[in-house]
Formats: sequence, structure tokens, C-alpha cells
Amino acid sequence: MNMLLLLLIIPALTVGGLLFSNGKRLPRMVAAVGMSLQFAAACYLVLAYLQERAAGNTAEMLFTSSYEWFKYLNIRFDLGVDGVSVSLILLTAIVTLAGVFISWRVEDLAKEFFVSLILLATGVFGFFISIDLFSMFLFYELAVIPMYLLIGIWGSGPREYAAMKLTLMLMAGSAFLLVGLLGLYFYSANAADQHTFNLLEIARGGIPIEAQRLFFPLTFVGFGVLGALFPFHTWSPDGHASAPTAVSMLHAGVLMKLGGYGCFRVAIFLMPEAAAEMSWFFIILTGSCVIYAATHAILQTDLKYINAYSSVSHCGLVLFAILMLNETALTGAVLQMISHGLMTALFFALIGMLYERTHTRIVQEMGGLLKVLPFISAVYVIAGLASLGLPGLSGFVAELSIFVGAFEHPDVFHRVWTILAVSAIVVTAVYILRVVGVMLMGPIKEPAYAALPGAFWYEKTGALLLILPIVGMGLLPLWLADMIQFSLIPLLRALGVG
Amino acid sequence: MKWDDLLLMRHELQLLAVILIVTCAEIYLSGRDKSRIIPLSLALFGIHMAAGWLWPAEGELFGGMYRTNGLIHLMKNILDVGVLIVLLQTGGWARKQLVPENRASEFFLLIWSSLLGMYYMVSAGDLLMVFLGLELSTLPVAALAAYEVLKMRSAEAGIKFILTAGLASAVTLMGISLLYGSTGTFVLADLGKQMQGNSLEALGFLFFFAGIAFKISLVPFHFWTPDVYEGAPISVAAYLSVISKGAAVFILMILLMGFAPLLTDLWVNVLYLLAILTMTIGNLFALRQRNLKRLLAYSAVAQAGFIMLGFMSSQQDGKASIVYFMLVYLFSNLAAFGVVQTIELHTGKEDMSDYEGLYRTNPRLSLVMLLALFSLAGIPPLAGFFGKFFLFMTVASAGYYLLLTIAVINTVISLYYYLLIVRAMFLRKSDNPLPLVTSDGWMRAGLVICVAGIVVLGVASGVYDAIYALCAHL
Repeated sequence: MNMLLLLLIIPALTVGGLLFSNGKRLPRMVAAVGMSLQFAAACYLVLAYLQERAAGNTAEMLFTSSYEWFKYLNIRFDLGVDGVSVSLILLTAIVTLAGVFISWRVEDLAKEFFVSLILLATGVFGFFISIDLFSMFLFYELAVIPMYLLIGIWGSGPREYAAMKLTLMLMAGSAFLLVGLLGLYFYSANAADQHTFNLLEIARGGIPIEAQRLFFPLTFVGFGVLGALFPFHTWSPDGHASAPTAVSMLHAGVLMKLGGYGCFRVAIFLMPEAAAEMSWFFIILTGSCVIYAATHAILQTDLKYINAYSSVSHCGLVLFAILMLNETALTGAVLQMISHGLMTALFFALIGMLYERTHTRIVQEMGGLLKVLPFISAVYVIAGLASLGLPGLSGFVAELSIFVGAFEHPDVFHRVWTILAVSAIVVTAVYILRVVGVMLMGPIKEPAYAALPGAFWYEKTGALLLILPIVGMGLLPLWLADMIQFSLIPLLRALGVG
Repeated sequence: MKWDDLLLMRHELQLLAVILIVTCAEIYLSGRDKSRIIPLSLALFGIHMAAGWLWPAEGELFGGMYRTNGLIHLMKNILDVGVLIVLLQTGGWARKQLVPENRASEFFLLIWSSLLGMYYMVSAGDLLMVFLGLELSTLPVAALAAYEVLKMRSAEAGIKFILTAGLASAVTLMGISLLYGSTGTFVLADLGKQMQGNSLEALGFLFFFAGIAFKISLVPFHFWTPDVYEGAPISVAAYLSVISKGAAVFILMILLMGFAPLLTDLWVNVLYLLAILTMTIGNLFALRQRNLKRLLAYSAVAQAGFIMLGFMSSQQDGKASIVYFMLVYLFSNLAAFGVVQTIELHTGKEDMSDYEGLYRTNPRLSLVMLLALFSLAGIPPLAGFFGKFFLFMTVASAGYYLLLTIAVINTVISLYYYLLIVRAMFLRKSDNPLPLVTSDGWMRAGLVICVAGIVVLGVASGVYDAIYALCAHL
């Protein structure tokens, strides 16, 4: 049996176990055990992957297998991973496990909560291990739909509105994506002259340029909606602000990465010529997104909105980097996906902890929290510094690679947009430091804050799960970068720059 | 003709036997034992349904008036499964309301007569046979729609149905006579050969098509749908939305793809347009509905538009996607109707606002509804996703990317109103939610079958592959 299937079987068993666990406490135990196993499986996968590569296996995808599904239509369930998907799988496992710990206190319909949460994660895992368009699309939708219930039932604020908006916008994105994917299928041909959904076979056969021009925008926008492509990002702030903590974590940390990964693996890998032709248009969109969302974050007073806009800005940077179509920037894009996934999940976790204690998310209403909540506040500062790209933390490596890669383009257009995008870093520093200053420093605003309880063990576990990789990535970025760079070779070859 | 040849009509003969046995039972059972008719009917029909799957045969009878083959056999079986579920879901209602009034067996007999008409329609090798089948399948339904005679709405539904159905029949007949006038034959196999593709035939075809479109409730022939669904007993609405529509879709597929080669360009264009209209108008009207029966009615209209997508390609994939989608749609829609029926039967409520907070009091029913709605909306990994996906593939294979785009946008619109029901059941909390409803055993069995279908049909690819293989010849 393919070991990648474990990544689907463990969550499936966990969901099965959850269905039979009633009460308030049992579900979270089951979820924690299941997701810890999943985390272990993901770690094992990384080791096994590195071992294979060290042993000199240079195939594009490792651990591949192919299961027949609908034989007359040549629809198969094809599995396989490369360095990029392995690292994203590890990210997903970390964030999911942390999310389970952060949700330790969910007691209203606890069973249903964890079932939905893990179904969402299953969709994400399935997406990352699939290398055929049909399964990718299936898992993509599977990951989106539990969001509706998660935000709608356990969310706060205008939760019904946010849930509906998010679901419909993402589903509309996936609808356009479906047109693009079917188009790819009917213009593809494998060695046996059949249509195919398999990524590698499509790439080998190539897609005619006229078809690329038609389907590249559909596919890119389809995935881009989930990656918060401007102007289709509006679901994100509302959705994140209303979602319960763990869902914001998973959504911003992992689900939005599906968009970036899809743009990169499907849109650009399969349609490189059209990507090169049309990248200018999307560079303008994503470049504006980076600046626009960052400035928007300054204006927000609600912590979740600040972080949501910051996520949009950072995810915009991922798409921006992908569109640069060269090795350095693409490496940076993947690093940014991972770094942002960890960072934003950590932010949302911390915001959740703060809100549970102070019952407010408005920055101005808090103050001096560093004195009363030292652990949470200190971690908040670290996450903030990572977010604004301080050297030694993960954000620096990612952003540096992106901007160096983007600046490699000699023409004016690319350079101007790169400079504009770089300026967003300064804006990021403004909103991060302002929050840190107002909320954490200074005198204690409310006397009641002095009695706030510090972080509980499950909160600490969740936060540490996220902060260790952030620091690790910042100090030792090279093994990750190597792993990614090696996996970019097929893509770069398709683009004609490798 | 040998006597064994009659075995080709096994489905029809079996059903006739069931009808006769239940009629005799109705005559001989005395008043107090009348309630036994329900289990008897269900058991007999269950046996009929199971036996129907055995020994598919291929051949013709009566000089080609009646024909059958593997695919037609499968279509009848699909209809059987649907009717069985409808009858299971009717069981509780029949016991509660019909048995005391001594009208239970007629209900079953009428449904079966209509089903018998559908068998003949699907098996027809001749336009007259199509028409006879169509009439036999329609008339009993008018009686069924008006079955709750004391309710004004039910009577109104009956009248509306019989009037529109009568009009549709007249139009169909007109179309048939024009086709006959041009080609000089009723026999389908000859019809294709005799056609010259002139405008008289085109007109005849359009008339004929309009009649069938009434049954499928394609826009602009859909106006009866919401009113009849709302007024008729829910089982009848379920029957209309799945079985009646299914049979009409099947016969349309057989006629268009099998016997009208010269008119292909014409009907592909007509259906292209009608698919867009039906999906869009059905969905837009569904958005504003707050009564669940009306909402499901408009959703059924919209789904009919999706089914038409399968007609865009006459190849094997087109046929297979239609038959497969009908099968999937049957389970999904009947599950939704089953839940609405259960709640209506026990509480009399059928408005969306009544469903608020349903999950907290009736978790199981809500979950069934959730699965049914998600399947109707086409969410993976439920069967509805695969059904829609294959329809979309058919459209893409024919190269109609514009139609495909409109269709996928429509799935998003439909998701909105399905989510409204989910929102009421799961997201909202209500101060006085519906009490715990305990459904009867029959209904439970029906819902379990539906859920099994919704969950298994898609992922288990064998079903689609089998249908695909059968669609090789019509």
C-alpha cells in the first residue's frame, strides 16, 4: 500500500471514531490522538522523502501510484508527492494539530466541530497528495464546504453572512476552475492517445497554445480566489473575522495555500506559454493586492481583521512570486506559503486566546498585556516580527527570495512592481508594531486584566507547535529550500528557464 | 410469436400481476384487515423490483411496437427503485390517513398503473405506443395529485395537472400526426430512415418535444410544477419529480439519440437554449421560496435543466451521463422529499423558518437532509457531484464551453438556496424548535436506502462503468 494513503486513512478513521464519541471531552481526545498520528505520519513522510532523494531517486514525483476509478473516462486516482507538496503536507499536519489543541475548549456540539474540522483537513491532505486534476478538484471542494458549517455554527459576529459569502465565493471560484480543468482534459493526450487528468501526462503531452489562452485565466482565477487574488479576496476578511479560532488558523494557514499551490502546480505548470503571456496582467492584480491589503490592515482596529488583511497581503505576495516564473521567486513563493501558514495560524491562535480572556478584539481597548499575559504576549511579538520579515525568522527567508527573484527580471515593468511590492514590508511593520505597542506595551488598561489567567497547557502546546518551525525555518532555511528547488526543476523546464 | 417471447415483457407482466393481486386483496380483505394491504403491497413490489434486475433480454414484440434491451431494462429498474422508495416513504402516511378512509390500495394501484404506462413508453418502438404509454402514465397521476380530496390545494393541484397534461398530450399528438404526415410511418426505426429533414418534420418534432417537455418541466413548460408539488400529497410530488420526470427523460433520450439523426442539429440547438433557460429560471425562482415544497419544485426544474446538458453529445458518454444522473438524482431528491414528508406528517410544518434549530432536536433527519441537499448541489464526495461532473464532461466534450460556464455558475446559485435550508437546520437556534420526530419504520427504510445511494453511488465507480457499457447501443 502506498504510504500516502495513510494521510487519508488516519483522518478517515478519526472521523469514524469521532462519530462514536459523545460527550464534551471525548471528541477532543479522539481528535488530538488522530491528528497526532497524522503529524507523525507527515514527519515520517518527510524523512522517507529525503531518504529517497538522498538515495538518488530523481523522479518528478515520488511514492506514486495510480488507482483506476472510472475506467471508460480514464479517470484515475493518482498519488504522488514532490518536495513542495511534502513540505505543505507537513505544514498542514502541524497547523491541524495545533488547531485541535487551540479548540480544546469547544464544548458546544464538540463532536460535530471536530468532525467538520478534520473533514476540512482531509480535503487539504487529499489535495496535496493528488497528482490528477479530478481528485484535486474533488478534494478542493471537500475542503471548502465544511467551512460553511464551521463558521456558521461556531463563529461569532455576522457569522451567517460571512459563512455564506465565503462558501459562495469559493464555490464560484471552483466553478470557473472546473471549466478550466475540463478544458485541460479535453485538450490533453497521453501516450496512448487518451484524454487524461494526470498532471504529469498532460504536461508531457502539452496543451495547444490557443487552448492555454482560454483556460489559463479560468484556472488561475479559479485557484486564485482561494489564494485571495485581488479583487476576489473579499470573502477572506469577513470569513476569518467570523470564524472560530481553529478554523481561522486552518483557513488562513492551510486552505489559502491550496490556491497558491494550485496556481503553481496546475495553471502554470500545465500552461507555461499562456502564463508567460498573461503574467503581466496578474502581476498588476497581485502587486496591487499586496499593497492594498497591507494599507487596509493599518486602518483596521479589530485584531482579526488586521490579521485577515495581512493574510491577504501575504498570500498576494505568494501569487506575485509565482508569476515571476523564475527559480528564486518560485522557491520564495513556496517558502512564503509555509512561513505564512505557520505565522498566520499562530496569530489567529493568539488572537483567540486574547479574546477568550479580554472578550474584545479591538486593539485600542487592550493595553499592557505583556505584564499580565507574558507568554501570549511574547509569542505575539515573535509572530509579529516573523510577519514583518525579521532575519532569523521564517518570513525573512521567504520574502528575501521572492524579491531577489522578482528583481532578476531586467525589464522596467517587473522592477517597478517589485519595488512597489517591497514597500508593503514597511507598511507591514507599521501595523504590526502599532498593535504590539498599543496592545502589549504601556499601562494596563483595565484593572480586571490583572487577574487574567495565563496560557493553559493546551494553548502553550498549540503555540509551541507553530513557533518552533517558524524559528527553525528562519535559522536553517537551506534544507527546505533545497528540497523545494529540486522539485521546481520540471516546472522551470516547462517554462524554458531551467 | 412464441409464448416465451412474451417474457421480454417481464417487467410489465410482473407489475400487472402485482396490481391484480392487490386488487383481489382489496376485494377480499375485510375492513379491519385492510391495513395489511400496505405491507403486502410493499413486499410484492419489493419482490417485483428485485426480480426485475434478473435476466435482461433483448428483442422485439408485436412487429416492433414493443422493444427492449439492456439499457431499457436498466431504465425500468431505475424507475422501480425510485417507486419502491416512494412507496416506502408513503407507508406511514398511508397507514395514518388513507387506511382509516379505506383508500390505501387505490393509491398503490394508481401509482403502479402510471408506472406501467412508463414501462410501455420507454419500451415503445412506435410513436403510437409512446403516446399510449404517455397517457397511461399521466392520467393516474392527476388522480393522485388530487388524492387529498378534502384539501382545496390538492384538488386544485389535480385540476392544474390534468389541464396542463391534457394540453401537453394534445400538442404531442399534433406533433406525432405531423411526423406521420411527412414520413408515412409510426415505427421509430423507419422514421429515422424516412425523414428528409424538411420543416414539416421539424415542426412535428417541436410539437412532440413540447409535450414531453411538460413532463420534464423544462422552462417554458414548467408553470404547473410548483403549484402541483405544493398542493399534491408529498409522495405524489416526489413521484412526479423523480419517476415521471425520469421516464420522460429516458424516452426523450431514446427518441432523440436513437431515431432522429437528421434533426440532430435542430434539437441540440433547442436543448442548448432550453437547458440555459431551465437552469437559470428554475434557480432564480427557487432563491425566493420559503415553502420547502415549492423550493424543491423549483430545484427540480433547475435540475431538469442540468439533465439537458447530457443531451449535448449523442455519444456513449452523453447517454451514460444522463442515465447515471437520473439514478443519482433519484436518491438525492427522494431523500429530501422524505425528510420534508416526515416533518410535515408529524408536525404539519413545511416552511423554511419552521426548520430552524432542527439539528438540535432531530439530528438524524437533519443529517439526511444535509446529505440530500449537498448531493443535489453537487458537493463531493456525494453521488450528486459525480452526476453533475459527468454531465459537465459531456458538455465539454462537445466543445460548448460557454454553456458549461453558464451551467457551473448555476450550480453556485443553486448552492445558495440549498445552503439556506442548511442554515435554518444547523446554524439557527430557535426558541421553539420542532419536537423530536420519530419516523415510522417504512420511512426510515426508505431514507436509509437513499442515504446509501447518495454516499456509495459516486465513489463506487462500478455503477457508472456498468451504465456506460450498457449505453453502447440504444
